[in-house]
Amino acid sequence: MWLTETDLEAIWLTLRVATVTTLILFAVGTPVAWWLARTRSRWKGPIGAVVALPLVLPPSVLGFYLLVAMGPNGPVGQLTERLGIGLLPFTFWGLVVASVFYSFPFMVQPVQNAFEAIGDRPLEAAATLRASPLDRFFSVALPLSLPGLITAGILTFAHTVGEFGVVLMIGGNIPGVTRVASVQIYDYVEALEYANAHRLAAVMLVFSFLVLLILYVWNPGGKKR
Amino acid sequence: MLPQIEARFRVDWPGFTLALDERFPARGVTALFGHSGSGKTTLLRCIAGLERAAQGYLSVDGEVWQDAKTWVPTHRRPIGYVFQEASLFPHLTVLGNLRYGQRRSQPKGRAKEQGPETGQATFSLEQAIELLGIGHLLARRPAALSGGERQRVGMARALAVDPRMLLMDEPLAALDLKRKQEILPYLERLHDELDIPVIYVSHSPDEVARLADHILVMDAGRVLASGPLNETLSRLDLPIRLGEDAGVVLDGRVAERDARWHLLRVACCGASLWTRDTGAEIGAHVRLRILARDVSLTREPSHESSIQNTLPAKVLSLGDDSHPALRLVKLEVSGSTVLARVTRRSAELLGLEPEQSVYAQIKAVALL
Repeated sequence: MWLTETDLEAIWLTLRVATVTTLILFAVGTPVAWWLARTRSRWKGPIGAVVALPLVLPPSVLGFYLLVAMGPNGPVGQLTERLGIGLLPFTFWGLVVASVFYSFPFMVQPVQNAFEAIGDRPLEAAATLRASPLDRFFSVALPLSLPGLITAGILTFAHTVGEFGVVLMIGGNIPGVTRVASVQIYDYVEALEYANAHRLAAVMLVFSFLVLLILYVWNPGGKKR
Repeated sequence: MLPQIEARFRVDWPGFTLALDERFPARGVTALFGHSGSGKTTLLRCIAGLERAAQGYLSVDGEVWQDAKTWVPTHRRPIGYVFQEASLFPHLTVLGNLRYGQRRSQPKGRAKEQGPETGQATFSLEQAIELLGIGHLLARRPAALSGGERQRVGMARALAVDPRMLLMDEPLAALDLKRKQEILPYLERLHDELDIPVIYVSHSPDEVARLADHILVMDAGRVLASGPLNETLSRLDLPIRLGEDAGVVLDGRVAERDARWHLLRVACCGASLWTRDTGAEIGAHVRLRILARDVSLTREPSHESSIQNTLPAKVLSLGDDSHPALRLVKLEVSGSTVLARVTRRSAELLGLEPEQSVYAQIKAVALL
């Protein structure tokens, strides 16, 4: 076998975290992006800045706050314990929650741009054709911004696969539970197992390149006949 | 009482104010006429509910769509709306665009497969397709249509929702002259064949003359004049700066064809006018446009003139024109009003004054 059992386990976990995170972000990020694209509220600026925070924040800072919040003395931790879910840090779902925060702007910003690019006119036309606001969103806004949504999904997925700092803070390094591919590579290097590190690193490199290749070759804006 | 639209709106934007209080008939074609920036599109959007005037009242045919407590959102207003650029949905085919509104306007619970006979619809999708001649385009995407075709689809889409009122925002403005000529006949068919009231925004005197029955003249967010088309066009007390386009529109009927000279005799306002043969059928109902600059006045009937149409007329009033050298003369020609443009000097030399009898020489009559 070219990759070891633990390598495959790490890759499988990585893909699961990234998939679940992307799906959650489609559900959570799209309404936020819609609001940011359509609102004239004075809160647009501040909310937009908060959404963009993970872009510039060191992952360790984000991970630290999440760890504190979800820990036994944090508000989220106390809530999850009261609900009988237990504590989230060092679990699969803790990792997913952290990834959702970490990848939030990668979902919201492309979708927001796509929604803004539609403009008011198609939605006004739909309104004069008897479509309610919710109907307009699903029958006009979503189909017209589909390329933007696909871009956002790919970026979110790839970005989640590539996270490291937040995972280390929140997830630690539990095989099969929180040890994702990037952490596995870190472990190999720590243990001076460079050959193993090379193999997994190469897999990650090829994967990342392929994702970006798809994004750059497939040009959603220019799908004219 | 005739069905009517009652509109009071006040919109305050930086650099623009719309303030109006109007009633106009909810039948036939009402033109909102004015220059760009006069507020006519804003008024139309207020009527559609696309713009919400902070202070406003709107009732259509006795039904309140907006007042201090009421706000009927656009998608619940029984309107059809045609945008300046057709604004078709690019992700749907032509048929998909037509069905979009049609499906949503059908009362719930009625089977879709049933024919139009079963519903109350006065207007069906098939009729809209037929009326606008777009049957051969149904499978195409909007991107594969010409500008004129797109606009026809836009109109059919608005009609397919079976609206109680049709709102059109300069549907021809984005098209070149050739496309305009392609669409105008369809608009005239709408006018002749549809029973629903149409509110038509335009800055083109030509379109207004051809289509409108009633006109609201707007300037800088206010209504300058409102009334039946000819009555309003022939008012002298209005600063309607139509310039070269000042004139009147009359209704007539084709009475006779003179094949030798390629002329048509049109019975109009109790008199006869000769005009170029446009191919209109005998008995056809036509609109005539007589521009003020094509009407001159004499005191005696002149038979030695190249002008074919000389009619006895009575001076009603005189008004200033857009240039200080010119005057507009409002005439009564057997019951109808016609405008004539003369120089101030001629008016002086002829001694024109109200109640005076003169002869109107009409150089050109345009059949619309």
